[in-house]
Amino acid sequence: MQAELQKQKKSAVNIPSEVETETMISLKGVNKWYGDFHVLKDINLTVKKGERIVVCGPSGSGKSTMIRCINRLEEHQEGEIDVNGVTLTNDLKNIEHIRKDVGMVFQHFNLFPHLTVLENCTLAPIWVRRMPRQEAEAIAMQYLERVQIPCQAHKYPGQLSGGQQQRVAIARSLCMNPQVMLFDEPTSALDPEMIKEVLDVMVELAEEGMTMICVTHEMGFARTVANRVIFMDGGQIIEENAPEPFFNDPQSDRTKLFLSQILSH
Amino acid sequence: MIVNPETIPSRPAPASRRGIIGWLRANLFSSPLNSLLSLSGLIFLAWALPPVVQWVFLEANFLGENKDACTSEGACWVFVSARFQQFLYGFYPDTELWRVNLFFFEMAAVLTWVLWDKMPKRLWGGIWFLTGFPLTSFFLLYGGFGLETVETHKWGGLMLTLVLSLVGMVIALPVGILLALGRRSDMPAISSFCTVFIELWRGVPLITILFMASVMLPLFVPGDIELDKLIRAMIGISLFEAALIAEVIRGGLQAMPKGQYEAADAMGLTYWQGMRQIIMPQVLKISIPGIVNTFVQLFKDTSLVLIIGLFDLLAVMQAGIADVNWPNVAIEGFVFTGFVFWLFCFGISRYSQLLERKLDTGHKS
Repeated sequence: MQAELQKQKKSAVNIPSEVETETMISLKGVNKWYGDFHVLKDINLTVKKGERIVVCGPSGSGKSTMIRCINRLEEHQEGEIDVNGVTLTNDLKNIEHIRKDVGMVFQHFNLFPHLTVLENCTLAPIWVRRMPRQEAEAIAMQYLERVQIPCQAHKYPGQLSGGQQQRVAIARSLCMNPQVMLFDEPTSALDPEMIKEVLDVMVELAEEGMTMICVTHEMGFARTVANRVIFMDGGQIIEENAPEPFFNDPQSDRTKLFLSQILSH
Repeated sequence: MIVNPETIPSRPAPASRRGIIGWLRANLFSSPLNSLLSLSGLIFLAWALPPVVQWVFLEANFLGENKDACTSEGACWVFVSARFQQFLYGFYPDTELWRVNLFFFEMAAVLTWVLWDKMPKRLWGGIWFLTGFPLTSFFLLYGGFGLETVETHKWGGLMLTLVLSLVGMVIALPVGILLALGRRSDMPAISSFCTVFIELWRGVPLITILFMASVMLPLFVPGDIELDKLIRAMIGISLFEAALIAEVIRGGLQAMPKGQYEAADAMGLTYWQGMRQIIMPQVLKISIPGIVNTFVQLFKDTSLVLIIGLFDLLAVMQAGIADVNWPNVAIEGFVFTGFVFWLFCFGISRYSQLLERKLDTGHKS
C-alpha cells in the first residue's frame, strides 16, 4: 500500500527532469573542526542550477553542519565553497551577498515571535533588498497565498500551528527571491498530520525548478523529488546516487544498515 | 464499541466555581492553611488599620502657617503644606517658579505623548523627548535667552529628583544596551573594555561614585574648565546605572534562542539590522522587569546626592525637620516623602506591567 501511495504521488507530481548545466553551489575539499572534533571530512559536492539534493544520515553525521557552512552560519576551516559564482571568504560583504541569494528553512522554524506573519515576510526585503514597504507586502501576500495561509497574515507566529509556522518560514525565505533553498530537517519538529502540508509546499517548489538542498529523513519525499540522494556518516559523504539506485541498490554496508533501520517501520 | 457522533454542548461551570464565591474559594480559602492565613490577615487589618486612618486623616491637621496650627493628636500635615514650595522646587527663586511649572507641564505632556500608545505620531514624540525636551528644559530651568540664570545649587526638591532620574534613565538605557552588546562581542578589545567598565562601575557603591565625582574629578580636569556639580552627579549616576542595565540586558541576550540570531543572519541582515529589528525588541521585552527594577532603584538612589550637597526631595525634607520651629514632625516628613517616592515608583511599575501585557504576542518558546 505504501508503494502504491508513492506511485500515485509520483504520477501527480510534475518535476522538471532536465537540469541546467550551470553550477550553483560547489564544495571542494571542505573540512571543519569543532575544537579537535573533525565534523566535516573532505566534502566535495557540486549542485547544478535547478538540482534537488536530499541529504540523509544519522544524527551527528555532519549533514546540518554541511548545509550551514553554505550560508556561513558555520565557518569551515579548509576547502572552498562557491555559491552562484561567489566564493565564501571572511569578507562580510561576500557573506551578506551570498545570504541574500540563499534561503534557509530551519527545523524549529525560527520565526520572529514579536512580528506578525506579514512582518516576518517583509522584514528582509525591506531592510536587505531596500524594497518599498508596499511592494514587499504585495510580494509577501503572494507567497503566503502560495503556501495557503494568506488569512493568517496579521496573526503572530505564536498563534499558528507548527505546520503553518513552517510554511510561513518557507514563504519568508521565498520573499527574498533566493536562487537556492536550504532545508535543515524542516519536518522533524512537526506532528504527522502537519508534515504533509509542509512537504506539499516543498514539492511544489521543486516543480517550479528551485535549486534545493534538503536535510531530511522523509524518504518518500527523497524518492519523488530528489535528483540525487546523499548519505553522510561520521562527517563524510558515504554514498551519493540517484534515488532509484540509492534506495533499491545501496552500495555500502553503512548505507544498507541505515536504510534498513529507517525503512523498517 | 463506542460511537459518539453528536458534539456535547459546553455547560457553565458549577456555581461554586464562579462569581464572588468562586473567587473567594480560589483565592482566599483554597486550603485550611490558606483559610487560616486569610483570617489572620483580616484580623491584623482590623487591628492595625483604624489607628492608621485616625492618625493620617481623622485626627490630623492639614492647614495653617506654623506648628501652632497642629492642635490635635494626629499627623501634623501643616508641616508639609507650609513647606510645599520647598518640597517641589527646592530653593528656586519665588519669582521664577513658573519656569519649573512649565518644565513639569512639558514633562507630563511629552511623557504622555511617548508612553501612551493611543497618541498620534509617537515617533515624533520620542524625537522631541530626546532632543527638544532636554534643550527646552535646560533653558527653562537654568536660564538663557533672556531668562535669568538660576544656578544649580538653588535647584532642589522633587524637581531635582525628577531631573536626575530622567537624565539617568535616558542615558543609562542606550549606554547599557551598547555595553551589553560590547561585552558579548567577538572582538576581544571591545569585549574586555566593556567587561572592565561594567565590573568597575557596578562594583563600587553609588555614594563612592558621587563622592569621587564631586571631590576627585575636579582634580583631574584642567583648572579653567569647571564642570557643574549637578552635571558631575548626572554623569556618575548615569554611568553607574548603565552598568547595571547592561547586565540586565545581557541576561536578556543570553535568554534569546540561538535560532533567532541564525534566522536574522541567514536572511542577510547585517549585525546592526539584526540587533535593531530582531534581537533587541525581544530582549527589551523580556528584560522589562529587570530594567524597571533598575529604574525604580535609580529613582530612589537619586536621594544619595545629598552627600555632595544637592538637595533633592528627601534632603529638603530632612532640612525641614531639623528646623527648630518645627519640632517633632519627623514622622510626617518621612511618611510624606516615602509616599511621594512610592507613588512614582508604583506608577513606573504599573506602566511596565501594562507594557508587558501589550507586547505579549502569545509566544512562549
